Amino acid sequence: MVELVARTADLAKPSGDVIMADYQNIFTQVQVQGRPEWGMDDSGQMMAERVGTPRFSKLIGWLGNAQIGPINFGMVGIVSLASGFIWFFIVGLNMLAQVGWSLPEFLRQLFWLALEPPSPEYGLSMPPLNDGGWYIISSFFLLVAVLGWWVRTYQLAQQHKMGKHVAWAFASAIWLFLVLGLFRPILMGSWSEAVPYGIFPHLDWTTAFSIRYGNLYYNPFHCLSIVFLYGSVLLFAMHGATILAVSRFGGDRELEQIVDRGTASERAALFWRWTMGFNATMEGIHRWAWWFAVLTPITGGIGILLTGTVVDNWFIWAQEHNFAPMYDGSYGYEAYGSYEAFIGQGE
Amino acid sequence: MFPKWFDKWNRENPKDIYGPAIAIGVIGAAVFAAAVVVTWGQPYATNSLQSGPRGTGMSRPEFKADLAKPDPTIATFLASTSAPVVPQGSEQTAGAARDNVPPGLEGLTVENYDRLLAAMRAWTGIPDLFDNPDSYQTGVGHVMIGMTRNINENWDGHVNANKQVGVTCYTCHRGQPVPSDIWFKISPVNEAVKGWSANQNRVTVQSQYTSLPSDALEKYLLDGETIKVHDLESRVAGVPGKDDYPGIQHAERTFALMNYVANSLGVNCVFCHNSRAFYDAGQVTPQWGTEMLGIQMVLELNNDYLVPLEGMLPENRLGPVYADAPKAACKTCHKGYQQPLQGTNVIKDWPELATTGSAPDYSN
Repeated sequence: MVELVARTADLAKPSGDVIMADYQNIFTQVQVQGRPEWGMDDSGQMMAERVGTPRFSKLIGWLGNAQIGPINFGMVGIVSLASGFIWFFIVGLNMLAQVGWSLPEFLRQLFWLALEPPSPEYGLSMPPLNDGGWYIISSFFLLVAVLGWWVRTYQLAQQHKMGKHVAWAFASAIWLFLVLGLFRPILMGSWSEAVPYGIFPHLDWTTAFSIRYGNLYYNPFHCLSIVFLYGSVLLFAMHGATILAVSRFGGDRELEQIVDRGTASERAALFWRWTMGFNATMEGIHRWAWWFAVLTPITGGIGILLTGTVVDNWFIWAQEHNFAPMYDGSYGYEAYGSYEAFIGQGE
Repeated sequence: MFPKWFDKWNRENPKDIYGPAIAIGVIGAAVFAAAVVVTWGQPYATNSLQSGPRGTGMSRPEFKADLAKPDPTIATFLASTSAPVVPQGSEQTAGAARDNVPPGLEGLTVENYDRLLAAMRAWTGIPDLFDNPDSYQTGVGHVMIGMTRNINENWDGHVNANKQVGVTCYTCHRGQPVPSDIWFKISPVNEAVKGWSANQNRVTVQSQYTSLPSDALEKYLLDGETIKVHDLESRVAGVPGKDDYPGIQHAERTFALMNYVANSLGVNCVFCHNSRAFYDAGQVTPQWGTEMLGIQMVLELNNDYLVPLEGMLPENRLGPVYADAPKAACKTCHKGYQQPLQGTNVIKDWPELATTGSAPDYSN
């Protein structure tokens, strides 16, 4: 029996040269290309929403499904995409205006440039276009684009009679996005608290935000967010590795394994139970992953929302709640050595 | 391509050669790299000096290669300095024996004046300094002598915080008529915008090539704005931009200044701060206090000595945007070192520059 299993490749070899691949990886896979799959059209109306002639790409096939398109745009998708492009071009043209419409300077300083939120003195009023006004306008379009895209994920799931898990997961990311750009600035009474649209400038904002409010690492919700973020990474690696490791037993057909547990699930479960005494189930691991991923922006958003509205200095807050211990020991070189000796000037 | 017997033998004797080849390649490369490091030494070996309690990450890291190499300008300075000639009381004064003696130096003995003049010419790279009373360099030089003496006498707490080192013309000039690492006003840096959109997000020397605000030196080291971005209680009500409630933008501008300071001294945040609580004066190194004095000192130097030079300097010495006078900041003296000239005592031979009075103390 063992020999038979080990020799399936030979058994499936019909005549000499053709070898059936029964275990596929990126180097050995067989990509089937035939008539593109258009999806069902049971109502007779659904094809109207599907855009683009489907085609195949061998390269894309190495990474996922080789078929590209069609896309179901729908009205919301069009609105979302158009709004997104309006936001994108408002940001880009503002950057271009800031370098005097010089394309070389625009490219050279692209990562430095930004569309900044209004200066603090304007509060929640509409600022002049050249001091944050464009930021407010573009943010409106970004809001429409993101919310439109969320509606799309909900609608498409509904059409497929799926659960709305993707939509709610996306909503958790949108929660953080709204906290940063809408809820918190309103609670703070100033649009100037929003995040600039720029590569380096939004990183500057992140650092300055932490420093301004006394070190965000002492914000417990920031801690939780990091836990779920790193936890997501760990779970993703564990799950991906487990499924790849048992795909030779059919483990990559996860749904079949959920309803009809086979040797792949048995082995994966045994592996983890013998490794750490506990194993997730074929279904449960996906709930673990979903909740870890979703809780990352949910907890992060709570942490951001509390900052400046409820707590203004997280380090002092942490001292008041007894989890920022003081360290024993002196500050300065004298207690630890001599600077002159360190730089090689004797002593 | 190959003989049939070769292909046949290969077919009948399948052997995975790629696995062993990769393994041998990886191991071989590792052995080679290890051999190189062992024989030629680790090129990036570092050393560090602790500066705070254990577990806080407070230390001063340096490449050993850098530590082994003293600042090359120290040797240049030592070649330009000379021991003072202690006056016996009967010497001629410079004011009587020499022309165009800068004010404040008339009372020096001729030997010491000649010595100082030669040194100042070497330090500033101006071979005919003070020869021509009509040259703008003469007028500027007079102000600069006053500035140097003021720093040595009144900013002892910053300059001599660790030990006597003092400053001379050379501390900034390093043999150049115009010192390196001076700065000018350039903000706003962006076109077509104003407010906080206009003063940041550009690659400038003033922002140290970051996207942080380019007006930090101007605001904090010229206009004297208060550096205050933290609340000292866990909850402080306020609206950004009102009632002294600092916005995130103020934190960014402060960050720009702090980053400039760090680059100027070749250090990082924990040189002064315990980075877990930047604002907390109870968790800082002694250098934090030295730096606070330094900021006050630079404010005075810029406003009392350097800005007034605007009317004296020719156009090509003025700033590119506002035609303003060149200004000083940390790097103008420090040049990337924690202490200028790595803490070389430059003032011990020059009591003439150590006092704002007319009678230098030669007793040391």
